Amino acid sequence: MSLTYSRSTKTSRIAAVFAIVLAALLIAAPFWGSTATQQLLGQMMVYIALASLWNLLAGYTGLVSVGQQAYVGLGVYIMVSVTIYLGIHPYFAIPLAGLAAALISMPVAKLVFRLQGAYFAIGTWVVAEVFRLIAAQLGSVGLGGGSGTSIPGPVMQALAVNKFWREASIYWLALVLGLGALALVYGLLRSRIGLALTAIRDSAVASGSLGVNIDRIKYAVYVTAAAMTGMVGSLIALQKIRVSPNAAFSVNDYTAIVIFIVVIGGIGTIEGPIIGTIVYFLLREYFADLGAIYLMILGVIAITMMLVAPKGIWGYVAQRWQINLFPTGYVVKEDKR
Amino acid sequence: MSDAVLSVDNLEAWYGDAKILHGLSFNLKKGEVLALIGANGAGKSTLLKCIAGLLPKKSGTIAFKGERTDHLAANEIVAKGVALVPEGRRLFPSLSVEENLILGGQVKRSGPWNLAEIYSLFPILGEKRGAPATSLSGGQQQMVAIGRGLMSNPELILLDELSLGLAPIVIKDIYALLPKIVGNGLSAVLVEQDVNRALDSAQHFLCMQEGRISLAGAPKAYTKDQISAAYFGM
Amino acid sequence: MVWFNIIIQGILVGGLYALFAAGLSLIFGVMRLVNIAHGDVIVAVAYLAFVIVKATGLHPLASLIFVVPIAMAFGYALQRGVLNRTLGNDILPPLLVTFGLSVIIQNGLLQIFTADNRKLQAGALETGSFQLLPGVDIGYLPLLQFIVAIAVIAGLQYLFYKTALGRAFRATSDDSETAQLMGLDKRKVYAWAMALCLGVVAIAGVFLGIRTNFDPAIGPGRLIFGFEAVIIGGLGNLWGTLIGGVVLGVAQGIGAQINPGAQELAGHLVFLLVLAFRPTGLFPRMQG
Repeated sequence: MSLTYSRSTKTSRIAAVFAIVLAALLIAAPFWGSTATQQLLGQMMVYIALASLWNLLAGYTGLVSVGQQAYVGLGVYIMVSVTIYLGIHPYFAIPLAGLAAALISMPVAKLVFRLQGAYFAIGTWVVAEVFRLIAAQLGSVGLGGGSGTSIPGPVMQALAVNKFWREASIYWLALVLGLGALALVYGLLRSRIGLALTAIRDSAVASGSLGVNIDRIKYAVYVTAAAMTGMVGSLIALQKIRVSPNAAFSVNDYTAIVIFIVVIGGIGTIEGPIIGTIVYFLLREYFADLGAIYLMILGVIAITMMLVAPKGIWGYVAQRWQINLFPTGYVVKEDKR
Repeated sequence: MSDAVLSVDNLEAWYGDAKILHGLSFNLKKGEVLALIGANGAGKSTLLKCIAGLLPKKSGTIAFKGERTDHLAANEIVAKGVALVPEGRRLFPSLSVEENLILGGQVKRSGPWNLAEIYSLFPILGEKRGAPATSLSGGQQQMVAIGRGLMSNPELILLDELSLGLAPIVIKDIYALLPKIVGNGLSAVLVEQDVNRALDSAQHFLCMQEGRISLAGAPKAYTKDQISAAYFGM
Repeated sequence: MVWFNIIIQGILVGGLYALFAAGLSLIFGVMRLVNIAHGDVIVAVAYLAFVIVKATGLHPLASLIFVVPIAMAFGYALQRGVLNRTLGNDILPPLLVTFGLSVIIQNGLLQIFTADNRKLQAGALETGSFQLLPGVDIGYLPLLQFIVAIAVIAGLQYLFYKTALGRAFRATSDDSETAQLMGLDKRKVYAWAMALCLGVVAIAGVFLGIRTNFDPAIGPGRLIFGFEAVIIGGLGNLWGTLIGGVVLGVAQGIGAQINPGAQELAGHLVFLLVLAFRPTGLFPRMQG
């Protein structure tokens, strides 16, 4: 008997084919979809990105942040300020936002990592509040202060030749960031760092004694997530055009909903954020009219999920049917000769 | 057996997915001391925890004074009259010596033991009653742990590794007091690494090896070699 | 004299922040739980008092007779029914469940009461004051708030260290498994702890409602103030939490004096400073 090992299973290979087809469809969306469709898909991509990153932090690294909106808002304001004041093209402002978020997240990490567990979570929230309050003070710097400002017309027009291509550009940027975040998370988890992360997820103490440098890894993951979140934030500014501190740093929009998505979809799985985003947008489509009651329903669903099926939809599916669309482990097979 | 204070039948227990105890069965007569010996990892402490109600994943039956207790929670079992003096003492650091003892008497069962009696058994504790419990020496902490168990006026006391981490002279002193502890018709199961001490203190013993009983009976009925063989599983 | 007045007022408001924080500290001490919905429950209590005052015409402080027992009963039920199931080694479930709770409470209040500002009217208590020094007026309400905070903390300390319930709290917090061996049912111990916490929250909520306008969205801000007071003061030390509240109140007062919009920001910055240079707080007694 000889054994072969591979990273993929039949299911994941089939899924990969589907994924390629799906990706082609998504890329072509500006040509078959309306403005509304592109905007919806663009928003979904934003949430897939934010959810994947939050999941990387909380589900894999044990860093439950309730303050990622700090970097979203930072990205928003970087986009607004560098395009207006430095005349930088919006396309370049995106990676700049990522860089800025990464740099700022470093001292932040040093501070908040002094807190543990739920206190860490609230600490990240405080940091986000600080960013929000500072942004609200920026009126004197021409960034609109508390009531916000808009990205000027000429800046938006620099994106592309006409409305069709502008919408397409913003949509494609969203697609790149959404798929990029997935690729980043998937790539990270397939690597040796990923193995370390899974070990940390299963037991911090045990993995520490094996020489896994937990602190360094946590720091690196936090900074990486912040950078990517910042880029997503800068894109959101392009999607919304109008920015204000309360909207840019909204804990409801960029943390509560993200948490909901990850909890429902399946925490600690790569597929989870995707499933969760789809579920969230479906629910939004049909029930958002209920206003406050709709949000209460989301809260009840999330709580019930945590108590009854803490692994989320995908966690349940994966365990029951042993499916893994994004394989990160190895499969040992007997070589049938 | 009608005079069995503790009756265990086909007990199996798991920590998570790992099976620790395999089909244990034995009885303990009222007023007797049963010594539980075996190498590390044999499952002795696990057995005591099962009886005390701290291990949820188990099958088989445990009966105390004829009444089944294997489905009860630990706090209910204490109320029935089973006290566990845990391995490593596990005193409450935030409580003083006296508070630890008083807490032991939380279940309010009637019997000979109260604070005054505990202090007369262990006078040093009376002197240190206000000190944080974990500031005492190892031997003194063991006295607190035993006293705490006795405060619930149990009919069955489970003593897990009394000599753990203690100096020989201290162990000697504590074992000298054992007859006073288990007098008054108190039944006891004694887990002890020091085989000789264990067998000297008990009427019957069980030797455990990898979760099973490898030898059982009265200490005098077996030779040292037979017991060694059972201990090491040869 | 202006600065002296600011410091005095900051000290007094610190009493309210200490009230926000005391419950948080208690719960974390007993069961290592942080209730993200803590601030929202404070606001919900203010609304409860509002309803009772409207229905009975009672003075808000008198309404505490009803508000405190109701809040405590709710806390007991919440802990036994929901939160006990989340406790374990994983930090995620309690965090996420209480986060969900926060969303539910905020939106529930929004649905019932709308986003309009409300306030509890306390009559002369709110407006009356006496002059301590020229330029330093001490309002009756802030002073009462501060005295109540001290009383509550003293009460909690007494309960913790001199009563059987407090002994149960401390033992269960030290080692919940061995506590079971003492005949303690940890489900009940935790439920009583939460009931007690919400009793304190009830007092905090009524004072909040008297002191300022409130609406469904201000909960998280109160949670953050409470949390900052706990961290600045040091974990596991209720008197430290009072000091933390005072430091926060004074920082905010100074900030407001420099720039009206910078009040909260000043508080956050002082918090971050403490975190940077004395991460265990000013008077810590336990590890996080």
